[in-house]
Amino acid sequence: MINFQYARANDVAEALRLIGRNPNAKFIAGGTNLIDLMKMDVERPTAVVDITRLPLTEVEATPGGGLRIGALVRNTDLAYHPLIEQRYPVLTSAIMAGASQQLRNMASTGGNLLQRTRCHYFYDTATACNKREPGSGCSAIGGHNRMHAIVGASDSCIAVHPSDMCVALAILEAKVHATSVSGDRVIGFADFHRLPEDAPERDTSLDAGEIITAVELPAQGFATNYTYLKIRDRLSYAFALVSVAVGLELDGDLIKEGRMALGGVAHKPWRDPEAEAALRSRPADAATFERAADVLLRDARGYGRNSFKIDLARRAIVRALTQAARGAPQIQSSKKIA
Amino acid sequence: MTVDAAESLPRTETVSVKLTVNGSVHSLSLDPRTTILDLLRDHLDLTGTKKGCDQGQCGACTILMDGRRINSCLTFAAMHDGAEITTIEGLAVNGALHPLQQAFIDHDASQCGYCTPGQICSAAGLIAEGRAKTADEIRELMSGNICRCGAYTNIVAAIEEVMGRS
Repeated sequence: MINFQYARANDVAEALRLIGRNPNAKFIAGGTNLIDLMKMDVERPTAVVDITRLPLTEVEATPGGGLRIGALVRNTDLAYHPLIEQRYPVLTSAIMAGASQQLRNMASTGGNLLQRTRCHYFYDTATACNKREPGSGCSAIGGHNRMHAIVGASDSCIAVHPSDMCVALAILEAKVHATSVSGDRVIGFADFHRLPEDAPERDTSLDAGEIITAVELPAQGFATNYTYLKIRDRLSYAFALVSVAVGLELDGDLIKEGRMALGGVAHKPWRDPEAEAALRSRPADAATFERAADVLLRDARGYGRNSFKIDLARRAIVRALTQAARGAPQIQSSKKIA
Repeated sequence: MTVDAAESLPRTETVSVKLTVNGSVHSLSLDPRTTILDLLRDHLDLTGTKKGCDQGQCGACTILMDGRRINSCLTFAAMHDGAEITTIEGLAVNGALHPLQQAFIDHDASQCGYCTPGQICSAAGLIAEGRAKTADEIRELMSGNICRCGAYTNIVAAIEEVMGRS
């Protein structure tokens, strides 16, 4: 790890002042991803601004019936918050499906959004990687790409976003509150993470020197018919090969509104309005679910070692929609998929 | 890396940190890169906390920070001024083993023993959280502690026994 200057901020204004316009400076909160990457020399900040003392640790009700989650709320505190468990259980389930309790005790809400890909080549500084070193090439295309993208990838990068929490936030249509010296802005969740295109070094639409202050949840929580189904190589504590978050609003046997997002398959949580339109006003049955899965995966392509993910994703989508429609969400401590 | 880049790096400055470890207060002046794990092992000679992967993947470095279990390898000491830390060395009281330490012995819950301090600190955190009620839930919430010898069956039994008593 290279040496860096350490500075501690006590409020948001001080944090923005300390980070300044230094492109080589980083905020640190949980540190669970940044420190790992610094040890590997993948991240080489020359200044680190400690934001753990910022007053962004509350979960508050909003006038619109939603919740505003401070950017520094720890993952476990968020997952176990009574209002999240009651009103947004898909978020609790997704958080508990990711990492370990030790990491969730450290990791922050804002930091979860900003975690970087777990692509082996991104981590291995001896290999080419356009995300780590723009213009150097992509070693995953034609390489060991079992964990890589099947949708939304580009010729320059096939890395996936590793978060579970973000897959749930995608179907909840969360809003990201950000602040910089230029002012405050609100970024819709669908616009927060980027596709790689020809600039895979940029994971998100956040600008340099901008800080996440909160994540806001709208009122609709899908607390009755939801699931988070995660498929991975180990039974626990592993990144998703494919994961599916589903929220349904049912009217008898008909789907009034359905949302679904995939994790582990793209550079961002993968949603598609056309696939969700294929659920709307349709009976909640296998035929509907299979059609919606086909629409969601219509542009999927494999890169060799990850081609199995297309079938796996299709089956996981149908299974997750079935679980949600039955009101029988996946229990993360149970390793049986019903 | 170019020579220019290396020359532009900031010079080493130290950060002052005051921490309570197993009830003793320590005031230290540290390189900002010092993790809590390295602080414990290299500066305080508390080598019970183990360095396994040093990447947050194995759980051998698990300690209790302000009562919560964390991976001590993935956090800088500079970020924890004023914190209270409990390590495996701080669990016994007046020479009497912590119930988890005794249960790990009784259930033969270790083989090589390298992961054991992390397993026990993690289990202490698990019991304090009060979320695990079943063996399945213990397994899930202990999944951040890897045992390459494969002593999981006895580890779960040891934790179940102490959980049943508490």
